Amino acid sequence: MNKEIIFSMNTAFRGEYVIHGYSYGRGEQSACIVGAMRGNEYQQLYICSLLAKKLAELEAQGSIASGKEILLIPTLNYSSMNAKKKRWISDDSDINRSFPGNPKGPATSRIAATLLERIKNYSYGIQFTSFYLQGRSIPHVRMMATGKESISLANLFGMPYVLTGENRAFDKVTLNYNLQLQGTQAFSVYSSTTETIDDASANMAVSSVLRFLTRMGIIKYDCHGGYISTTINESALVSIKADEAGFFRKLVEVDSEVKRGQVLAEIVNPMDGSVKAEIVASTDGIVFFVQDSPMVFQNVVVYKIIRRIHR
Amino acid sequence: MIETVVSVDLMVEEELKIKKNRLAPDFLTGYEKRICLVSGLYGDELQGQYICYEVIKRIKHSFDKLRGIVDVYPSLNPMGLDSRIREIPGSDMDMNVIFPGSKSGALGEYTASCIFDDISGADVCIDLHSSNLYIQEMPQVRINNDRVNELLPQAKKLGLDMVWIHPSTSVLNGSLAYSLNGVGVNTMVIESGGAYKINQEYCNKIVDGLFVLMKSIGVWAGKTEDIKESRVVYDKDIKYINAESSGIFIPNVNIYANVKAGDKIGTIVNVITGSEEEIVYASDNGMICSIRDYPVIEEGSLIARILGGDANE
Repeated sequence: MNKEIIFSMNTAFRGEYVIHGYSYGRGEQSACIVGAMRGNEYQQLYICSLLAKKLAELEAQGSIASGKEILLIPTLNYSSMNAKKKRWISDDSDINRSFPGNPKGPATSRIAATLLERIKNYSYGIQFTSFYLQGRSIPHVRMMATGKESISLANLFGMPYVLTGENRAFDKVTLNYNLQLQGTQAFSVYSSTTETIDDASANMAVSSVLRFLTRMGIIKYDCHGGYISTTINESALVSIKADEAGFFRKLVEVDSEVKRGQVLAEIVNPMDGSVKAEIVASTDGIVFFVQDSPMVFQNVVVYKIIRRIHR
Repeated sequence: MIETVVSVDLMVEEELKIKKNRLAPDFLTGYEKRICLVSGLYGDELQGQYICYEVIKRIKHSFDKLRGIVDVYPSLNPMGLDSRIREIPGSDMDMNVIFPGSKSGALGEYTASCIFDDISGADVCIDLHSSNLYIQEMPQVRINNDRVNELLPQAKKLGLDMVWIHPSTSVLNGSLAYSLNGVGVNTMVIESGGAYKINQEYCNKIVDGLFVLMKSIGVWAGKTEDIKESRVVYDKDIKYINAESSGIFIPNVNIYANVKAGDKIGTIVNVITGSEEEIVYASDNGMICSIRDYPVIEEGSLIARILGGDANE
C-alpha cells in the first residue's frame, strides 16, 4: 500500500488540511474508489475502512493483478465529520456539487478540480454515495445518464438492483457525471444507510466492489457471485407521501413485498397519541426506501416502492 | 389581498405557509400585466424584506396609479428566515436548485412546485437576493445570455450599477430564474449587499428601479425617480481575486473603490504568529464590485471581484 497526498491546503485555525489516497498494486490506473464527501456520510467512510483492510490483505497475498493499481480515497471532507457538519466546514459548500471544479476557485472547487485531475486516467471510478432522501434504501448501483454509461458493467457488481434514470438538475456538477464525461466508467454504490452504521449493507458494498474488481481482472479473489441485478428505471419507483404530519410509526421495513392497499405506517398526533393517518401502499411491489426520522412533515416522501415487482 | 400560496403541516402544531400579497386595481379588465417580486429563497438574505415592504407601502400610498397586478412573495423559505438558516431547515436542501419542483416530491420540492405554478403566467418576475455571509455585493441584475433579447431591455430599466450577463450553461437549471424563463416568464435576479443585514441605501435604489420597470411595462402610472444607466458586463469583464493563504483578511478598500492593477486590496494575517501571510493586490484596473465581508478565510476564498475595462470611464 502506498500513501499519497491528493490535496493539501492550510486553514486559518486547524493547521494543514490533507486528503490522503491509498493505492494498492502498481501499474495501470485501473480503479479509483472514493468514499465520504460529506460530514454525515459515516456509513460510506465505514465501508472504505472495511475495503481498505481487505485490499491490504489482498495485496499482501499477491492478489492484486500484475500491472494493475487501485486507488482508494476514503474521505474528502473529514473536518466536517469532526465538526458534525454535513457540508464543507467553513462555507457550507458541497464538494459533490463543485465538479468539475476550478483550481483557482474556493476550497471545495479546488478539491474537486484536483481530484478530477488526479483520477482522470482510471478506467473505472466507484463512489460510495449517500441516498438523497434520509432513511434506509435497498443497496443498489446507479449510473449517470451521460450517453457514455454502460448498464451491463453495472450489473457486474452483483448488487440487488441497478438504478437508471434521467439526470436531476444537480447531477452535472457531481463527481460521477464528470468522470463519465472524461471517459471513466463511473458508478455510484449506495448502501442502506448514511448517518448510521449498518454492517450487513456495508459488507454487501465491500463485496460488490471486490466482485466487480475481480470480474474486471483487477484482483484475484474468490467470491460469491452476488445477485443477478434487476435493472429498474427511477420512473418505476412510486413515491408514497405522508398526508399528515406527526410521529412516524413504521409498520413495514425496506425490502418488504407489499400489496396495494396495505398499511405501511401510521402518523401519530404528538398531542394526543391518536392515529391521524395511515400510510397506504398505492401499488403492489417491493419497498425500495423508507424514511427513518421519528417525525415527518406533511407531504414528505416516506416510502418508495418498486412498482409491480415481486420477490 | 394576502393569499396563501402553499400550506404544509409541520411536525408539531405549526403550518408552513408561504404567502403573497396581490396588489391589483379595483376593477380589472383582464388585460393587465403581472409582475411578481419574490424574496427569501435563502433564510440568511434579508434585503428583499425591506424591498418588498417598501414596494407595497409606495403602491398603497398611490394606489390609484396602479395599472397592473403586483404579486409580492416576501418569504419563500419562511422557516429558514425565522431560524437564520440559508437552506430549508430540516432537509438542509438548497431551495434554489429544486425548481420547478414536484407535487409528488418532499417538502421543498412540493412547495417549490406550488410557488412555480403560482408565478407561471406572469409577464415579469424579479427574484430578490442578498449576497451570502462572506461577500458584499453592489446592487446588480443578473441574467442569462440565452435570454438577452427579452431580458436586457427590462434589466436596464432597473438602473442598478451593473447588469451581469452569465452564460446559461453556468447556471444550474434548478434555479427559480432559470425555470421561470423556461416557461416564458421574463425573470431576473437582483443581488445586493450581504447576508443577515439590510442596506437601506441599496434597497431604496432597487425599489426606485422596480417602479421604473413597472412603469415601462404598464403596471404603474405614478411618479418615478430618475435612474442612471446600468453598465452591461459579461463574465470576461469581471476579474476574480481569490486568496492563496488562510487566516484573517483585513481589507484596504471598500466596495465601489476604483483600483489600479497592483494596488493593495488587503492583507491576510496569521493571528497566532502576528505575521502577514499574504498581501492581496488588484490584478486589473477597475472598480471593486464585490469584497470579502467575513474576515476568516482559507486558501481559495473569494476576496474581491473587480469590474474591469471601461468601468471607470
